[in-house]
Amino acid sequence: MKIEKKELELYFHIPFCVKKCNYCDFLSAPCTREQQEAYMGALFAELEGRAAEYQDYTVVSVFIGGGTPSIIPEAGIAKLLRIVKEEYDLQENAEITIEVNPGTVDREKLQNYYQAGVNRLSIGLQSAENRELQTLGRIHTYEQFLDTYSLARELGFTNINVDVMSALPGQDLDSYRNTLYRVLNLQPMPEHISAYSLIVEEGTVFAKWEAEGKLDLPDEDSERHMYEETGRILETAGYHRYEISNYSLEGMECRHNCGYWTRKSYVGFGIGAASLVENIRFRNTDELKWYIENPLGCREELQVLSVEEQMEETMFLGLRMTAGVSCEAFQAYFGKSLKQVYGEVIDKNLETGLLRFKENEKGSYLQLTEKGLDVSNYVMSQFLFD
Amino acid sequence: MAVIDQSKIRNFCIVAHIDHGKSTLADRIIEKTGLLTSREMQAQVLDNMELERERGITIKAQSVRTVYRAQDGEEYIFNLIDTPGHVDFNYEVSRSLAACDGAILVVDAAQGIEAQTLANVYLALDHNLDVFPVINKIDLPSAEPQRVIEEIEDVIGIEAQEAPLISAKNGIGIEEVLEQIVTKIPAPTGNPDNPLQALIFDSLYDPYKGVIIFCRIMEGTVKKGTVIRMMATGAKEEVVEVGYFGAGQFIPCEELSAGMVGYITASIKNVKDTAVGDTVTDANRPCAEPLPGYKKVQSMVYCGMYPADGAKYPDLRDALEKLQLNDASLNYEPETSVALGFGFRCGFLGLLHLEIIQERLEREYNLDLVTTAPGVIYKVHKLNGEVIELTNPSNLPDPSEIDYMEEPIVSAEIMVTSEFIGSIMELCQERRGRYLGMEYIEGTRALLKYELPLNEIIYDFFDALKSRSRGYASFDYDIKGYEQSSLVKLDILINREEVDALSFIVHADSAYERGRKMCEKLKDEIPRHLFEIPIQAAVGGKIIARETVKAMRKDVLAKCYGGDITRKKKLLEKQKEGKKRMRQIGNVEIPQKAFMSVLKLDDRK
Repeated sequence: MKIEKKELELYFHIPFCVKKCNYCDFLSAPCTREQQEAYMGALFAELEGRAAEYQDYTVVSVFIGGGTPSIIPEAGIAKLLRIVKEEYDLQENAEITIEVNPGTVDREKLQNYYQAGVNRLSIGLQSAENRELQTLGRIHTYEQFLDTYSLARELGFTNINVDVMSALPGQDLDSYRNTLYRVLNLQPMPEHISAYSLIVEEGTVFAKWEAEGKLDLPDEDSERHMYEETGRILETAGYHRYEISNYSLEGMECRHNCGYWTRKSYVGFGIGAASLVENIRFRNTDELKWYIENPLGCREELQVLSVEEQMEETMFLGLRMTAGVSCEAFQAYFGKSLKQVYGEVIDKNLETGLLRFKENEKGSYLQLTEKGLDVSNYVMSQFLFD
Repeated sequence: MAVIDQSKIRNFCIVAHIDHGKSTLADRIIEKTGLLTSREMQAQVLDNMELERERGITIKAQSVRTVYRAQDGEEYIFNLIDTPGHVDFNYEVSRSLAACDGAILVVDAAQGIEAQTLANVYLALDHNLDVFPVINKIDLPSAEPQRVIEEIEDVIGIEAQEAPLISAKNGIGIEEVLEQIVTKIPAPTGNPDNPLQALIFDSLYDPYKGVIIFCRIMEGTVKKGTVIRMMATGAKEEVVEVGYFGAGQFIPCEELSAGMVGYITASIKNVKDTAVGDTVTDANRPCAEPLPGYKKVQSMVYCGMYPADGAKYPDLRDALEKLQLNDASLNYEPETSVALGFGFRCGFLGLLHLEIIQERLEREYNLDLVTTAPGVIYKVHKLNGEVIELTNPSNLPDPSEIDYMEEPIVSAEIMVTSEFIGSIMELCQERRGRYLGMEYIEGTRALLKYELPLNEIIYDFFDALKSRSRGYASFDYDIKGYEQSSLVKLDILINREEVDALSFIVHADSAYERGRKMCEKLKDEIPRHLFEIPIQAAVGGKIIARETVKAMRKDVLAKCYGGDITRKKKLLEKQKEGKKRMRQIGNVEIPQKAFMSVLKLDDRK
């Protein structure tokens, strides 16, 4: 009897960039060529070394993120994907994404990605205003983005995401709208748009500027306007919001990210990369040196999730998606109904209009309302147990 | 045990302004008189101090007996009575002084006379103590001993030319101090055969021995088996043990007779029975009358104390009970607040006392407390002739029933260098001070005399004084009495609901200003909700100030953390944890620290 294999997602972290952006608090930094090579070597070793561990799984998506993965010579990326194909059971139509930054790729690089099996590009545009890009500390211009985008289309990429950001210093409603319209005017339109709102994180250059009073952030009203305009403009253009910050054309949702929200098993490779395998969470060390020396022996923060923690995650991750949490799936997985576990919280939020139940052909879903999406943290935090 | 020759006893204390070196000099005296070797000094006295440091500021009087062989070849018994140094404990200080025959006045050679120097020295002189000055810290580069000597003679009017010039820290000049204790402080008087008359200057509760009474025997003799009676409280017990004070320990002895300082235990359960200032006498052979000066200790400052976690109410009650065993000046009675639930209205000698108790409750009893704004006792005269002593603003009768109200007034003395006189006078003016006069002390310093309402100085007057004089002003006060005043109750409404725990009494003229600031402060403290929350200040139902906490429009993590779920969960946990520390008023959640915000209204510089 053939046993249905379990699904698995793979994430690769490339912690390098040309120059750290002013708002970035991800694990990433400029580096030397030697460091890059040593790191890639360790990454290959980790990937190969773990193959046996995951032979019962089918890999359904691969995501190469960073940092700026596109600064790595394309041979490295090709080798990663070759190992995946050879040593892992990669599903035929798996989604394979790489993040690229304009200014770090040329025709040859993109072509090599394509040939290596990459079928989805995520391009970090952030803004179509060069002035704003400069404030962000981005290394590229809008024009460079246009080149990258059209090259990608020319080479046959049919699934492209574009990142944009609102609430940027010096940004106003008009300039933000302009960014959105320019993205929508791309030919053909991107299949996916991630629209984030800037959060000034501790330890970033922006945080320092903010403390010094040198960060000209939009006021609350304009920030809210931008946020509202995102939904209005993108939905008018035919996108649907399937997650708090993510919009896509029909059927073009990012499968890899949806996996995170639905708690699929995933394994992260590289420094700082987080994993969830069968309700066990862990992550690799943040230390570059330590990782390079022990790519297979640097997992930390291992945490076996209790049933309660699994329920909490199911809720605060699932509610990020506009479709919400499936009542049937919850019941099937936990053997208890949503209402049994969270009746009080749900009632309270139904009453305040932040949550609603929605029936569709697949069953009944608990989801955030428009108003609930705006204050999702407030709602989600209530789903944590005492 | 040989009978002690009264003429060889010296009972004294050390008075000083804070930080002028009182404790260091006490340590040196103990060390030099050979009670302890310097090694034991480290081991014992310092351990003791560490314990004290853990408990915050010393509020108990300490006493120690040492033996000194003087240059005349005789051995003298020194009883050093160390007194608490803060204005909150003035009464305790005065009782300690009454147990002495003389005092050493320590003055800093660089700073000279300060407000507490004056207050304490006058207190000592009032008790007819012989005072001799000591100039400390003469090894400081900025020391000006000659100037300070002149200052002492000019300002206080006591002879100071022979004042020992010392450094207590470095052990310079201590012998001279010891000699002067012998020559300048008189021996006690009193007849051991007279009926017993002893002054209680402190007491503490010991779980094994019961209450231990610290006393000075004025007349007569007390020994094991004597049936004693406290003349004010009427408590009566048989003496179990008498003794004197070693360093950090109680040393039992046969008897205590006139002129001696020591302790008595008599299985008394509650320190309330042994009020400081009370007279102990022999129940079977009482003295004719008690020693003068006893008064019942009156709490001056009141506040509500509530457990942050309502379930901890019994723990708070037990903790207060235990603290009160040892601190007769702590009062409490249960009260209920709509906003804060079950708690206690607690009375204290002053704000420092309040802070000490609060800290001890939090640290020693591991309680998380919400404290309401401290207030004083107001006398409310009702039209029907009834007079209410108001300690909780919520209990203020309806204004239509009130004839008039009175508030406590203090006489304050502030010592300040001339460059800051202007700003300090301005501060006193703002706090409704009544200017009484100013005396110049040498050319550059002045003593300002004011009458101030107590409720204007209990919050942050001392901080304001320090900040406006760059730390140079010093301050002392005495309760003067009650005066009629135009007072109103300021109520705070959050989302149109009155929050009882935020009400306070304020002078009518400052109501608007305080109300406005309170609203502003609360606006910053109360997190946004899903709806708009008006915050209003009202006097007698009339709104005098308003602020609005805007509705929460956004609370979203519009950022993709990829697979790093742990980080996101931590954020949500923090948010949930924050909510737990809130109090629900109607449908508004108020952080606990908002209830303390009234304390920090005066942020003007």
